[in-house]
Parts: sequence; structure tokens; C-alpha cells
Amino acid sequence: MSLVEVKGVSKRFGGLRAVSEVDLSVKAGEVHCLIGPNGAGKSTLFKLIVGLFPPTSGSILFDSVDITAERPFARVQRGMSIKMQAPSVFKELPVLQNIQIALQERTSGAERAREQERLLELLGLAQDRTKMAGALSHGQQQWLEIGMALALQPQLLLLDEPTAGMSPEETFKTGELIKSFNAEGMTVLVVEHDMAFVRQIAQRVTVLHLGKIFARGSLDEILQDEQVAEIYLGKTHAH
Amino acid sequence: MIKLLEGPQTLGRGPVFWSCFLAVLAGALIYPLFADSYDVGNFSYFLIWIFMALGLCLMWGYGGMLSFGQTLFFGIAGYAYGVLAINMGGGTTTIAALLLSVVIAMIAAGILGYFMIWGGINGIFFGIVTLSATLVLAFFLGQTAGPEWHIGDARLNGFNGMKGMDPLAIGSVYIEGSALYYVMVALIVIVYLALRMLVNSGIGNVIVATRENPQRAEMLGYDVRKYQLLTFVLGSGLAGLSGALYTSWGQFITPSSIGLPAAAMPIVWVAFSGRSDLTATLVGSFLLLFGFQTITVYSQQAALVLMGALLLATVMAAPQGFVLGIGKFVADRLTGRGKRGEADLSAASTLKTDEA
Ligand SMILES: Nc1ncnc2c1ncn2[C@@H]1O[C@H](COP(=O)(O)OP(=O)(O)OP(=O)(O)O)[C@@H](O)[C@H]1O
Ligand SMILES: [Mg+2]
Repeated sequence: MSLVEVKGVSKRFGGLRAVSEVDLSVKAGEVHCLIGPNGAGKSTLFKLIVGLFPPTSGSILFDSVDITAERPFARVQRGMSIKMQAPSVFKELPVLQNIQIALQERTSGAERAREQERLLELLGLAQDRTKMAGALSHGQQQWLEIGMALALQPQLLLLDEPTAGMSPEETFKTGELIKSFNAEGMTVLVVEHDMAFVRQIAQRVTVLHLGKIFARGSLDEILQDEQVAEIYLGKTHAH
Repeated sequence: MIKLLEGPQTLGRGPVFWSCFLAVLAGALIYPLFADSYDVGNFSYFLIWIFMALGLCLMWGYGGMLSFGQTLFFGIAGYAYGVLAINMGGGTTTIAALLLSVVIAMIAAGILGYFMIWGGINGIFFGIVTLSATLVLAFFLGQTAGPEWHIGDARLNGFNGMKGMDPLAIGSVYIEGSALYYVMVALIVIVYLALRMLVNSGIGNVIVATRENPQRAEMLGYDVRKYQLLTFVLGSGLAGLSGALYTSWGQFITPSSIGLPAAAMPIVWVAFSGRSDLTATLVGSFLLLFGFQTITVYSQQAALVLMGALLLATVMAAPQGFVLGIGKFVADRLTGRGKRGEADLSAASTLKTDEA
């Protein structure tokens, strides 16, 4: 049973085909990783799924409902949430208020207070609750944004490069966190460059290249594909 | 509900602040006992404009929407009060005229706001469109000198403006002098406290979130357009309240209370005071109005030039507002957090007119 179905979706920016005829299905309950070189169209595909851009053509289904024409907030209300690639928190509001804004629709009263403490602990931000979100380090802002996405308790969590700027230990911790939420039934779609991280969490992997689906399968299957090594892994080794 | 009077969106909390609040209120309440009736009337006049300033503070400071349209809705409600009061007859119906004219201003704001917000107009363009609409209304009303321009018995009268409506009244008793003053004070207290509760509520959270990052707010499942429209309608409705009270206070209204110099005034008051805080706006606007009136007695030109100079000084020296800056400084001294206060002041960034 797929939770998200992307069917023949393309997105053009002027002359550039950032996403081209992409079919992607994310099964309910899986952790699915989207990998590919810089500029492959991964973030654009995410934005198409949450509705920040309309696709040039194709359609997107969530829970078997066609949401292609829906506004982003309506899609979020259906049960998805996203952590974007560039940190996108409320920079001039305190950390605690950032969390509350994410929590307030779903919870109230004592439950909200409990949830908020649990999230702050989980994110390691309990000491920084009165700080302005913009004063946090890049990594902490990523955590905060992940926390805000989690606060909605989505069916589908989209994470665009969640570990950028994190230390290996923090990256590992993030991976375990994602696995624990997945164990509770959350479907997770992740864009990642870090192969160790992908190995840690991914059940299925899709490779995007020049806006097109290039390969899909388990991580091992993909790593054995020589063409993938050429377009993607060759480049990561070169870094 | 009461808990919402204090919160992250409003400065001023705890016993010291509320004691000051009560002391000022008590002072305001006994003032007419000591002052002569001319001064009390003048005081009521300053208080008229406070609603408009608070409305702009809500839209601009909290919502990030710089509206140049405060006098547009001031004018709509001001003229509506005139038309209604003249046509419905005086007496207690003037109270209905007041309420209706505010509702009319809010409906007008709802329509204009709907087209702007659903049309994706934001940032500087929001200011341009609201200013254009304001100038169009002022220009139009200036063209209505002929006798053919009337609504029922109410003549619009072009530049000379509309006159002859009754002031607010209950039965055959006019609400004027000290009675009017007390009505104003009561309205300001109600509006001020209600706005504090609004901005510290969940709705207020979304309003400031939308100012900070509308895309992120939408990604948390909020239809930010609805919150922006709500903010715009409330803020403009408060301008309407000022307008209706103004017409009833002076029993006249002219297009010049809508046009460009008038339209810029609320921006100056709120920028000078500190747009990000209701209390700063309340106090600052009152001080400015008081000062402006005092100087106008000697020279209206001087007063206008001073307003312009103040706006410049604010933009250059205290972009988050003078009264707010001083208020924060004093509060930090009182609570022994002087260091933090200075950091806050210097961290204040540039005047953000187009952050929406
Ligand atoms: N809003 C936009 N307007 C124009 N071009 C865009 C826009 N967003 C993305 N692009 C272009 O689309 C292509 C795909 O970009 P995208 O951000 O989706 O890549 P990505 O796979 O996420 O890359 P990275 O790994 O660097 O994050 C790039 O060439 C990019 O320059
Ligand atoms: Mg990207």
C-alpha cells in the first residue's frame, strides 16, 4: 500500500527541467531514501510533494487522494510534514515558541506542556528554550526544525538533508531517532548524501539524476550498479 | 483567558507592570475632576487616534503587513457614521451608527484584504496598494462638492466635508465632555487588553509566525492567508473605530483626514513608539499626539516637519522604536538585567517593512 504516489511528475524552471517524468511510490511504513548528485532535483521533488511548487505536469497522490491541486497547508493537514534543506525556523522567536506553534493545533493544556518538554529533551534544546531560534547553531536549528516537523505527528515525514552540519555522533543519533519513529508507524522519506547514514536507516533507496529516476532498490543493489557508482558515488569519493 | 494578558508577544508583566498600569488608569480616571472641560475635551481628542495606532501595530508590528490604509478605513467609518447618524436621526441610534460604521469599515477591509492577500500581494506592494486605495478615496471625496452627491439626507460636500450629524447620544443626552472622555478611556482599556490577549493566544502565535516565515507557518498546516486577513480586518476595523469616533466628536469629517499627510501619521506614531509592542505603541502614540497638538497651536507646519524628522530619526537611530527601546532599558534596569538589555537593543535589526 503506497502512502505517496508521484506519477509522471515534471517541473520546469524556464528552460531547465529540474524534475522530469518522475514516478515514485513511497510505501506506508517504510524509510525511503532519495539520493543523487547536487542539482539532481531532490529538493524540487520534495517541494512538489508538499506543494510549494505546482508541477508542470503529472499528478501526486497521498493516501490514494489526488492532492496535485491542493495548497501546502491542506497537504500538511492530511498528515505530512517537512524539514527543508535550508533551516527554516522562526528565527526571531524563542525556541519554545517555535515548538508551541507547531504543537498548538494538535494538543492543549497539560498534554501540550508534556509534549513540549518531551520534544525539547529529545532535541537537546531544553537549556536553550528561551534563546531566539536564529541564535542557535546551524545543527541545532536543524534539530529544532525536525522537532517542529515531528510535533505534527505526521504519517509522512519528509527530511531534506537532516544531518548536514552534524557531527558523526549527532548523525548516528538522528538515524536512531528516525528509526524509532518509523517503528511506531511513521513513513519517512529522506534526502541524504551521507552513505553511512543511508545504510543505517534506509529500507529502500531511489537514485535521482538530472531530474530523472536513475535506479531504485535496496542500498546494496544500488551500490552494485556501476552506472550509479559513476554518476554519484564516484563524485562523492572525489569530495 | 486572563493568563493571556501576559505572554511572549507583549512586554510588561508581573506586579510592577500591572501596578503601573493601574496607577496610570487611576490617574486617567480622576483627571477630569481636576482639569477644566476644555482640556478634557482635548484629551478625548488624542485618545480617538489611539485605536488606529493600535490597529497598525497589530498589522505591521505583529503581522508584518505595513498598511498605508489606516486613514482609508478611518474615512470609510467616519463618513459612514455621518451618513448613518444623519439618516437614522439622532439620539440612541447614534450608538448603532457607531457600531455599524465600524462593521462597514471591516467589511471594506475584508474585501480589499481578500483580493490583496489571495492575490499574493505582500511586502512593499501591500503598502503601495493600500496607499493607492487611500488616495483614491480621498480624491473621490474631494470631487463630491455638488448637491447631486448625497446619500439620503447626508451631503458629502467635497473638500468642505460632511457635517451636521449628531454626536453620540443616549436618548436626548449627548455623550460629551467628561462622559465622552470616560467612554474613550473605557474603550481603550478594553481594546488594549483584548489585543494583548489576542497576540498572546494561539492565533497570535500564528500571526507572528506568519510575519517571521510565512512558508514555514504554512508548512505547519496553517492557512496563513486567513490569519493575514483576520489581522488586516481587525487592524483596519480599529482605524474605523477611530474614524467614527472622530466624526462624532467633531460633528464633521473632510477628505483631508484621509489623504496623504493624514495617512502617513499612524506610520510615524507606530514606528516612533515601537511597532512590535502594543504597550509601547499606546504610550508612544499618546505622547506624540500630545506633543503634536501642543506644537500645532503655534505652527502646523512646524508640527508636520517635526513628525517627518521624528520618522527619520527613528529609522536611523532606533529602528525598533524609541519608546520600546526606553521601555526595555528601564525594565531591564529594574530587574537588574542591564547587560541583557543593551544586547537586545544593539541586536535590533533594520526597519523591516517588507519582511512579509
Ligand atoms: N526556484 C527555482 N528556480 C529556478 N531553478 C531552480 C529552483 N529550484 C531549483 N532550481 C534548479 O533545479 C535544479 C535542481 O535543484 P534541487 O535543489 O532540486 O537539487 P538537489 O538535488 O536538491 O541538489 P542538492 O543536493 O544540491 O540539494 C538545480 O539546477 C537548481 O538550480
Ligand atoms: Mg537539495
